[in-house]
Amino acid sequence: MTQAAAVEAVEASVPPYGLLVAGLAILVVILWCLSLAIGYAPLDLLQALRDVVNGERTLAALVLTELRLPRALLGCFVGLSLGISGAAMQGLMRNPLAEPGIIGVSGAAAFGAVTIFYFGLAGAWSLALPLGGIAGAAAATFLLYGLSGRGAGTMTLILAGVAINSFAAALTALALNLSPNPYAVTEIVFWLLGSLADRSLPYVWLVLPLMLVGWGLLIASGPALDGLTLGEDTAQSLGFDLGRLRLQLIAGTALAVGAAVAVTGSIAFVGLVVPHLLRPLVAHRPGRLLLVSGLGGAALTLAADIAVRLLPIRPELKLGVVTAIIGAPFLFALIYRLREEA
Amino acid sequence: MEIEAKDIAVRFGAMGLFDGVDLAMRAGEMVGLIGPNGSGKTTLLRVLANLRAPEGGRVHYAGRTAAEIGPRELARRIAYLAQGGSVHWPMRVEALVALGRLPHRRPLQGLDAADRNAIEQAMTAADVASLRKRTMAQVSGGERMRVLLARALAVDARVLLSDEPIAALDPLHQLQVMELLRAIAGKGRSVIVVLHDLALAMRFCDRLVLLACGGILAEGTPAHVLTDAHVARAYGVEVIRGEREGTPFLLPWKASGISDGGVS
Repeated sequence: MTQAAAVEAVEASVPPYGLLVAGLAILVVILWCLSLAIGYAPLDLLQALRDVVNGERTLAALVLTELRLPRALLGCFVGLSLGISGAAMQGLMRNPLAEPGIIGVSGAAAFGAVTIFYFGLAGAWSLALPLGGIAGAAAATFLLYGLSGRGAGTMTLILAGVAINSFAAALTALALNLSPNPYAVTEIVFWLLGSLADRSLPYVWLVLPLMLVGWGLLIASGPALDGLTLGEDTAQSLGFDLGRLRLQLIAGTALAVGAAVAVTGSIAFVGLVVPHLLRPLVAHRPGRLLLVSGLGGAALTLAADIAVRLLPIRPELKLGVVTAIIGAPFLFALIYRLREEA
Repeated sequence: MEIEAKDIAVRFGAMGLFDGVDLAMRAGEMVGLIGPNGSGKTTLLRVLANLRAPEGGRVHYAGRTAAEIGPRELARRIAYLAQGGSVHWPMRVEALVALGRLPHRRPLQGLDAADRNAIEQAMTAADVASLRKRTMAQVSGGERMRVLLARALAVDARVLLSDEPIAALDPLHQLQVMELLRAIAGKGRSVIVVLHDLALAMRFCDRLVLLACGGILAEGTPAHVLTDAHVARAYGVEVIRGEREGTPFLLPWKASGISDGGVS
């Protein structure tokens, strides 16, 4: 291909930003509706909707509000959280292999939830589990601030994240090791695999405010992430306070991903693969990638969760297992491409 | 004075890099910051750009400190072109140049007419308008440097601090960039440029600041700064001199064996 042809090919492959956002948003809405419509029990969706609107507590209405709706909403919100934070972390680290878990918040949130299982509190109060996860994420965030501080660079942040992740994994292993009975171990392990099944609406209302604040903080960092494309000195010379930017991104990721992991367990690879797949479509602009990657994350998570229900495997596969199995080959391809570029 | 630095001292831990550095920049002036490797040119430029706090001394921008001006206003006042020109994502040339407008934009606002105008002018000045649709992976090393220069010009700042902008360029583009910097100074802007090429420094700069031996070794007109004694002491080289069209030039010729310019 001649250079001119290559340039034209690049131009043709980048859709207008507004169109891309609208297209992805429509895709998310379609998948969200499909997620409501697809399940194990046959459900007349329109009838169920009528019942809900009329306040009749029929079986159809209950299936819709207690099972399908929370699952579809969480799939959307969790995917959005993972997609935006993945793009934000890759922008901050300026590395396509960064992902939301890199700062250790997801590992700590998982450990927080495991603690609740371990002490047998999960059955006592339904919100104990997500609250435990949120507490874990919050503890990790403060530890991260303590370890890396305001003046620290990105490398310190990555190292602190690695340390927190290892510590959380060790404590999770300890909880499994000390587990009083095999049933508790199974319960913890299955929860850790990540799933959207059997979450209730109160879970959604618990995590949504946290996620909203997180999304806001992350998306507001767009211009600074654009500036960071030219390195830290240039970004600073463009008027951005890098210390503040790091704090903003840590807080945003901790809120969005911490809340997501607290209700679903860990959903792997969405935050890594989605930003990478969509980056060429925004002509590699880190600021524009945030929202686009969020919508892509929501679409992928909803699609994977629909696939889990359509696959003829029972009990159903855990969502985190499916995203990992789909995601890992993408990672192979990514590494292969990076090797070619090097 | 656009920039006035007084008694600047920089230390890395116990090791002093330089101290007692005074530097003042008038509008419309092009100053070359020269000196051997390790003498602190980049560090001094970063201090002037408020990217690093000095261990001693202070910098004023038109009579005010950076804190009094505020980061946004300072970003509009001073454009900084970093050394090496790292670009982490292969963005399009046009979008990259537009980053220079970030200090002028309000949150959630797109580019307005003034932004577009500044971007066009910057791209034309740096001769990269024809590359606008390419990605940064599709430009050569020299084109890349000119794109980054266009990015700095798009800020439309009163002061341009530029760290070795011609290091990766072929002779023609070196001359073009130096002429461009001259033209920018000619429009009443202040330009500070870190240079290793003494011949181009001598020819294009109004004033040179020679940083060596832990401070400013010499400052003034090129003829006053680039004497045989100064060059030998700072760089450890002998130069040969000539004249062309009434303009003197020099060429580093061989090691003189006398040097105590850098830290190492």
